[in-house]
Amino acid sequence: MQIIETGNTAAALGVKLARAQVIAAYPITPQTPLTEKLSEFIESGEMQAEYIPVESEHSALAICIAAASAGARSFTATSSNGLLYMHEQIQWAAGARLPLVMCVANRGVGAPWTIWNDHQDSISQRDTGWIQIYANDHQQIIDSVIKAFCLAEEVMVPVMVCYDGYILSHTHMPFDVPESEKVDAFLPPYRPPYALDPADPANLNTVTMPDGRADVRGDISLGYMEIRHLLQRDMMEAVPALNRVEERFQSVFGRGDNPYVEPYRCNDADYIAVSLGSLSYQLHDVVDALRDEGIRAGVLSVHLYRPFPDRIIAEALKGCSGVVVFEKALSYGYQGPLCSDLKSALYRHAESRPFVANYILGLGGREITTQDLYEALKASCSPEGSAGEETRWIGLRFL
Amino acid sequence: MKSDNIEIRWHGRGGQGAITAAKIVAKAMFTSGYTGVVMVPTFGTERRGAPVFTSLKVSREKIYDLSPSKEPDIVVVLDHLLLEEEDITQGLKHDGLVVINSPLAVRSYRFNGSRVAVADVTDLSVKAGLPQGMVNSGIIGSFARAAGLVELDVLLKTIEDEFIGRKPGENSRAAQLCYENTIMGGL
Amino acid sequence: MPTRDYRKKISLSESGPGDAGKTGSWRIVRPVIDADVCIPGRRNAPACYICWLYCPDGVISRSVPPRIDYQYCKGCGICAEECPTKAITMVEESSFIKE
Repeated sequence: MQIIETGNTAAALGVKLARAQVIAAYPITPQTPLTEKLSEFIESGEMQAEYIPVESEHSALAICIAAASAGARSFTATSSNGLLYMHEQIQWAAGARLPLVMCVANRGVGAPWTIWNDHQDSISQRDTGWIQIYANDHQQIIDSVIKAFCLAEEVMVPVMVCYDGYILSHTHMPFDVPESEKVDAFLPPYRPPYALDPADPANLNTVTMPDGRADVRGDISLGYMEIRHLLQRDMMEAVPALNRVEERFQSVFGRGDNPYVEPYRCNDADYIAVSLGSLSYQLHDVVDALRDEGIRAGVLSVHLYRPFPDRIIAEALKGCSGVVVFEKALSYGYQGPLCSDLKSALYRHAESRPFVANYILGLGGREITTQDLYEALKASCSPEGSAGEETRWIGLRFL
Repeated sequence: MKSDNIEIRWHGRGGQGAITAAKIVAKAMFTSGYTGVVMVPTFGTERRGAPVFTSLKVSREKIYDLSPSKEPDIVVVLDHLLLEEEDITQGLKHDGLVVINSPLAVRSYRFNGSRVAVADVTDLSVKAGLPQGMVNSGIIGSFARAAGLVELDVLLKTIEDEFIGRKPGENSRAAQLCYENTIMGGL
Repeated sequence: MPTRDYRKKISLSESGPGDAGKTGSWRIVRPVIDADVCIPGRRNAPACYICWLYCPDGVISRSVPPRIDYQYCKGCGICAEECPTKAITMVEESSFIKE
C-alpha cells in the first residue's frame, strides 16, 4: 500500500513488520518520532513487543544486548550524541555477535550543540564491527530495516540503518508499505543459534585470555584474537550474504536493486560524484544538468559502507578519469573517511587510477543548495579537477 | 534545478497546522496522479506561534532533490500578520500566486507580477463549526480554488480521511466554504 | 554458515570453580570452618550459607557443614570476613606443611 509519511514512520513500520520483540530506546531529536511511533504501536496492541523505557542510550543498547542474548529479536534507534553515548555497548554488541538492528537518524555531534543533519555520528562508529547501510529515501528506509534483520541474523553481526535526520526523518514522501504476510514469508521468526537459559547458566564474554584454553568441561575455547578474527571474517562474509538477502527480497517483493551501490549515469561517465544518503539523490539533478551541457558526469551512491565493498566500488568507477567525493563527515586532521576508503579501494583494484577530489559540506545542517553542488561538481569535471586543497569545503560563510 | 516541478511554500505559525495542510495537499495530489510529492519542513527551534514554513514539491515524476524551495510557484500564508514579519514572497516566480488568509480585501495586496487570492479563512472556518484559529483545512480550500491543481472532491475526501475523529465534517465544510469564498486579484 | 560453531565465535563459559585452572596453589592462608560455631553445623540443618553466597570462586558447598574445595580456593578470606558467627578462621598455609 502506498502512503505518504515521514522517514521515521517508514522506519517504525519496518520494525513493526519485522516483528521485533524487544524495543529499548531513549528519545533524541530527530529520532524521537520513530520511537514514539513504536511505543504507540505497542500500546495499541498493533505490535506484540516489549517496549522498555530507559534513562539513557547506553542502557537502551545494554537492554537490547541482554534481550538478544536471551534470543529475542531486538531493536533500538538513536541520533548524534545518543549514538556516541552507546559507543561502548556498540562495540560490545558486535563482539558478542548479536543480530541487533539500530536506526540512526543522522545528526551532527557536539560541541557546539547541533540538532541538524550530518553524518559524523554514524561515521564515527565505522570501526565498531557493525554493518552500516545508508538509505536515500523512505522506500529504502523501510526495505532496509526489514532486510537488516534478515542480514544480521544470517551473519550474526549487528546492523545500523542510517538515514539523514530531518531531510529524510521528517520529510513526507510516498512509499510502499509491504504486506505483512510477505514480510513474514521473507523474514521468519528469529531462531537464535544460542540463547541464555536459566536451566543452563553460562558466563558470556567475561575476561577472555589472550590464548585459548580449556574450560571446566575440558572444551577448548578460543582466545580473544581468534574471536575477533572470526568477527572480521564474518563481516567480509556479509558482502555476499547481503546479495543473497537482496535476491530473496526481490523474489518476494518484486523490487530492489544492487544492494551495495546505486549508480546513476555512471556507465560512460568521465567524472563520478560519490556520496552517502539523500545527498546522492540531490546529485542526480546536478548530473542531469551537467549532461545537458555535454559533461559526462555520473553519481555513485554507496549503500553498504561497512563491510566496505571495495571491489564492487572500484568496478563501478572503472573507466572514469575523476572521482569527486561529497561528504557530511570528516576525519579531523586528515580528510573525509569515505574519500580515504575509496582511494584505498582504487589503489588495490583499479587498473588506471582516477584522481579523487573531496568536498566537505552540510555539517550541522548547513543548507546544501543544488546550485552549490552544481558549481562544485562542474569545477571538478576537468582533468585538473582535484587541483588545490586536499579537502575543499562547500558553503562556508565567514563574515 | 528541475523546472517541471511545482513548488508550493507554506507559511504559518508553530501549532497552526501548516504542515498538516501541506500534507493533505500532498496526499490529494498524489491521488490525482502526481507520483512525485515531497513535503520538506524546515526545522529549527520552532515554538508555538513562531513563524514556520514548509516546502511542498510536486511533479509527475519521482523527486530526487529534497532541498527547500528557493523559487516557489505558489506561496500560501495561513496568517496575514506574517506579511509584516517575513518576506513571504522571497524567490516567488514572476507569474506566481500568493494565497492569503486575511480579513482584508484582495485589493489591499500587491506583489508585483503575482496573482493574489484572499479568503477570510479564520471567519469562514468558525462558520463551518471549527474552533477559533483552526485554519489549516480552510486554507487548502482557498488554495484549491486559486491554484486549480487538484479537484475539490478529491481534496475534501482527503481532508475527511486526515481528520478522522477530529471533526472531519466541519473541516471538510471549512475547505468547501473557503473554496467558494476565495477572491482572486493581483497582477 | 556463520551460525555454525556459533559457540566458538563468542566467549562463553560455564560458571563454577576452575575457570582459571587449579588455583588452590595460589593460597597463602587457608579458611578453616569450625563446625561447632557455624550455623548449619551447630543446628545440623541447612541454614545461613553466607559463605557460599559470598565466595567469588564458588568453591564452598551448601552442605552440612559447608565444605571448601581447597583445589580451587585462592584463600581470599572473604568467607571469613562475612561469616556472621566468625566460624571461619584464616590459618597460615605453612602450618599445614608436614615436615
